[in-house]
Amino acid sequence: MTVPLSWYLIFATALFSIGFFGVLARRNAIAVLMGVELMLNAVNVNLVAFWRYLTPTDLSGQIFVVFVFAVAAAEAAVGLALMISIYRTRKSINVDELNELKL
Amino acid sequence: MVGQALFILTAGITLLMALGVVLARNLFHAALFLVGAFFGIAVLFILLEAEFLGAAQIIIYIGAIATLIVFAIMLSRHVMGKEAGAYNRNWYFALAGVVFFFLLLGWLLIKMPFNLVTAEVPADAIAQIGQGFVGHYVVPFEVASVLLLVALIGAIMLARER
Repeated sequence: MTVPLSWYLIFATALFSIGFFGVLARRNAIAVLMGVELMLNAVNVNLVAFWRYLTPTDLSGQIFVVFVFAVAAAEAAVGLALMISIYRTRKSINVDELNELKL
Repeated sequence: MVGQALFILTAGITLLMALGVVLARNLFHAALFLVGAFFGIAVLFILLEAEFLGAAQIIIYIGAIATLIVFAIMLSRHVMGKEAGAYNRNWYFALAGVVFFFLLLGWLLIKMPFNLVTAEVPADAIAQIGQGFVGHYVVPFEVASVLLLVALIGAIMLARER
């Protein structure tokens, strides 16, 4: 193991921050969803790195990553279906124009 | 030494791709950058000796999720070109918050002591993952299956023409 654990952690933090910025700052809802995917991937990198460096003989870390895959797939399917539905009625998927729930 | 160079190369390319996802004005370009970022993360999984996850990453993320995102971009195509501003009005608050978050979490992670273990990965790791799914983790596994089924039905219901 020549690569220190902290390199992986810093990389995952940077990836998470980039995805977080995408979620907070982009206007298009699909771009927001891409930011969420980046954040989930950063968490996966952290899980695998901790598994490899702290408990390499116990495979629970990898099993958790597979569950994150399943949740990410479900989230992408429902999120994109919602956006197609919203686009059909509003002709726009900019998140700052969707304010019906605001008082 | 080779491992370190490979890590720096892969991580650097992946971070550049991720920046492309967030900064590209054209949504389709952003989706292509996203595929690149997913591929870089698959390479990192293989560097971490999690070959099964590297393959699953390519099949699930690049094969399914990225394709789904490209389809959604195509179906809402009219908003692609005339996206006047890609960012909302409060993007500088978001930038400041994210930079603060990165510095805080990075500082915490560098300071934190971890009990590193230098054991080898078991040779039958993939078999152990499979046994975990039908043994100790069988309930979460079934819940994940039901979640995927619910997401499938929900996506059909939401996107259906009425």
